[in-house]
Amino acid sequence: MDHLDQLEAQSIYIFREAFARLKKIALLWSLGKDSNVMIWLARKAFFGRLPFPALHVDTGKKFPEMYRFRDHYGKEWELDLRVEPCPPIDAVDPTLPPAARSAARKTEGLKMALTKYGFDGLIAGIRRDEEATRAKERVFSPRGLEGNWDVRDQPPEFWDHFNASPPQGAHLRIHPILHWTEADIWAYTKRENIPIIPLYLSQNGKRYRSLGDQDITNPVASTASNIDEILIELEQTKVPERAGRALDHETEDAFERLRVAGYL
Amino acid sequence: MNMIVTPASPATPNGTNSMPNGTTRPQVRIVIVGHVDHGKSTLVGRLLHETGSLPDGKLEMLKAVSARRGMPFEWSFLLDALQTERDQGITIDTTQIRFRTNSRDIVLIDAPGHAEFLRNMITGASQADGAVLIIDALEGVRDQTRRHGYLLHLLGVKQVAVVVNKMDRVDFSADRFKAISDEISAHLNGLGVTPTAVIPISARDGDGVAERTDRIDWYKGPTVVEALDRLEPARPLEALALRLPVQAIYKFDDRRIVAGRIESGSLIAGDEIVIMPAGKIAKIKTVENWPVTPVATRQGAGRSVGITLDRELFIERGDIISHVNVAPRETRRLRARIFWLHDKPLAKGDQILVRSGPKESRATVVAIEKAVDPGELESRENKAIGRNHVGEIDISLSSSIAADPYTENPRTGRLVIEVSGRIAGGGLVLSVDAGQRAVPVDIVPVESALRPDERSARYRHNGAVVWLTGLPASGKSTLAKALERRLFTNGGSPILLDGDTVRAGLNSDLGFSAADRSENIRRLAEVATHLARNGHIAIVAAVSPAREDRATARRIADSSFREIHVATPAEICEERDPKGHYKKARAGALASFTGIGNDYERPEAAELVIDTSTRTVADAADEIEQMLKTTGVLFDEVVDLAANI
Repeated sequence: MDHLDQLEAQSIYIFREAFARLKKIALLWSLGKDSNVMIWLARKAFFGRLPFPALHVDTGKKFPEMYRFRDHYGKEWELDLRVEPCPPIDAVDPTLPPAARSAARKTEGLKMALTKYGFDGLIAGIRRDEEATRAKERVFSPRGLEGNWDVRDQPPEFWDHFNASPPQGAHLRIHPILHWTEADIWAYTKRENIPIIPLYLSQNGKRYRSLGDQDITNPVASTASNIDEILIELEQTKVPERAGRALDHETEDAFERLRVAGYL
Repeated sequence: MNMIVTPASPATPNGTNSMPNGTTRPQVRIVIVGHVDHGKSTLVGRLLHETGSLPDGKLEMLKAVSARRGMPFEWSFLLDALQTERDQGITIDTTQIRFRTNSRDIVLIDAPGHAEFLRNMITGASQADGAVLIIDALEGVRDQTRRHGYLLHLLGVKQVAVVVNKMDRVDFSADRFKAISDEISAHLNGLGVTPTAVIPISARDGDGVAERTDRIDWYKGPTVVEALDRLEPARPLEALALRLPVQAIYKFDDRRIVAGRIESGSLIAGDEIVIMPAGKIAKIKTVENWPVTPVATRQGAGRSVGITLDRELFIERGDIISHVNVAPRETRRLRARIFWLHDKPLAKGDQILVRSGPKESRATVVAIEKAVDPGELESRENKAIGRNHVGEIDISLSSSIAADPYTENPRTGRLVIEVSGRIAGGGLVLSVDAGQRAVPVDIVPVESALRPDERSARYRHNGAVVWLTGLPASGKSTLAKALERRLFTNGGSPILLDGDTVRAGLNSDLGFSAADRSENIRRLAEVATHLARNGHIAIVAAVSPAREDRATARRIADSSFREIHVATPAEICEERDPKGHYKKARAGALASFTGIGNDYERPEAAELVIDTSTRTVADAADEIEQMLKTTGVLFDEVVDLAANI
């Protein structure tokens, strides 16, 4: 059993626990590399199908390539796809810096979808290595009634025993790929031949490391035009993965504020 | 950790790493523990350096950092630097640091954070094969040192190398070293842990870490690196007996897939298996997967798999699949050594929820056998275990589980305790008080000689469990008998299982506690289901007040279950009182009587609801018959065979 086999087996275990212990769950599909791997892992866990909805909280500002990808693979993978809109920018905390404010629309859209469907569990593709506040996450992470995250009062997780009883009306975030790294995601995408959005590959000396909304995501300098080259690049680079995400760089705590409020 | 050390080859769960040339090196997981400031970070920095595990430029960087702060070179900045990198989100996972000795790949489990030490110790060090316990030569053995020694004992970590650090501060005194060595050895021996070595070192200068320097020329034992080189890898999980705890049963298509993760051992299609705690036996038909299925190769510990069996058996989440002659024990009683994290102490008599793998079981704390503050190590009391304390407890479970002592299987020998939906503690199974079915080898269910369609052709019906639930004196038995007569007259094979009748014989060992009532219902359901599988219509008349117990019965009987709620109003039941129970209960002479109290939980989705106060028995029996027709138990044209005789 190699490294990727181990990661896969652990993620499958988490998926099956979430499906067994929660009543109504959905998987958040952001169309990016991580959530595509996540869908793949879920289909492994459930022998070819996703037995719960895939939720795309749509800001309406994704790249055209991303929408094409969604429409194509949503059908091909036979997903129960729910596309949910986000409220206008006016509905979002005006004290946030511009990019964070733009991103925060997604949190509001997420809350609306939660109310609409009454999910008690949301499966999200965050990874510990992406960002410092994500590193502190639990695999089964409880959220308050407002979708907020209390980083100071997280329940203990022992071995593979997770806390799966959200308080009435609240929900859990489940993180089946928390223990993966960016390089793991690419190595697995290659091994399993999982389709990707071409924006991740270099064109004219630039590529996207991480895909978000068009207005707040920038490409990084790169010549990596296939996954092998991406893997080599990742071994050498000192540039953090989210360098191209504007909201991470506005103020030191912008991202933490977003996450405490319920952002992914 | 890819940034700071040479890329480690991927680990395998059986404790070996594949090498490019095809040979394997054992992998050993260790944790470094000890009192604050006794030199943990310095030793880690030194070890990485001495084993050539630092990437280019790291040493220069550390020198620069030290110089900038106007300090002598400090190894502990290495870990601090990693910490900073992690905070900035650049470095990948520093909780496990890898380096190599001559013969071993070492995974160093980093458990930082004093406030949460116990949690981190458990989550991290519980996976360690060995530990390094560090003691400051000047300060000697402290409370925290003893506490950590105890925690290692708690977690079953038997290989402990002790290092006495900062020997430079005591002029490398052999006497001082011996005094500390004797004290800690006595302490560990008292816990049943024999130190593999006690090593005098100066982590900062390197004495005793990878080399025996002149300053400790009186010391003849191994260096730290040599001691690590001698640690034995954990017994490979794959070499242990098969344990596949069932996470779920999926029926997305025509396959009925039993899904779970192999915690130990291995399996392959064709294996004969036993499902515990029930002791049912089957063969693995296929190992299913996606996108390519089935899988022909042997699957080992760590894999999340799905299997299909050669026969339809009732299996549920939490059951454990193993090979027939090495099954775990079936029990309702466990002794466990636990650590407690909840604000409210765990006390004798507490009702708790125990999780053992995917199995969830309600339980009662029968006894607190020991309660210890690991800092002071004195057994304080035996009534309760306080927050951050450890103890040994005896628990009684409300349903049977399959379990192993942790010494036999570290994976299935673990449990956690939940309070109000949140994990409040956890620990290791010390012993399993085996039930009567400790050895399930000889249980091979024998199938009937007849096919179900042969029986249904004769009886003109399919097998079923018709479950009548309702308050005492609601009319269940009367209705059941009328139905029995009706079905028999029509040539069918009804069998009456009245709650009281069964309690007089099969269930005469059971009382009226909640646990006994559950067991009463379970047995009734098992017997009824057996009859239904053999083509009969088992008519059960039992108060069965608990919704959960009836849900269990429905699970056992599965699709043959038909629930009828005999919903006669309570006051009418009491008025009837044919057995005089209500009268006795009102007089206080009948404890645990359902009806006077409010403990009857009405069914929410019964197949049929009948109020016997407003209709005749014949009319009610008609309606039941009709329901049995529409739900596929009785066939359409009922032939009155008896009339033709």
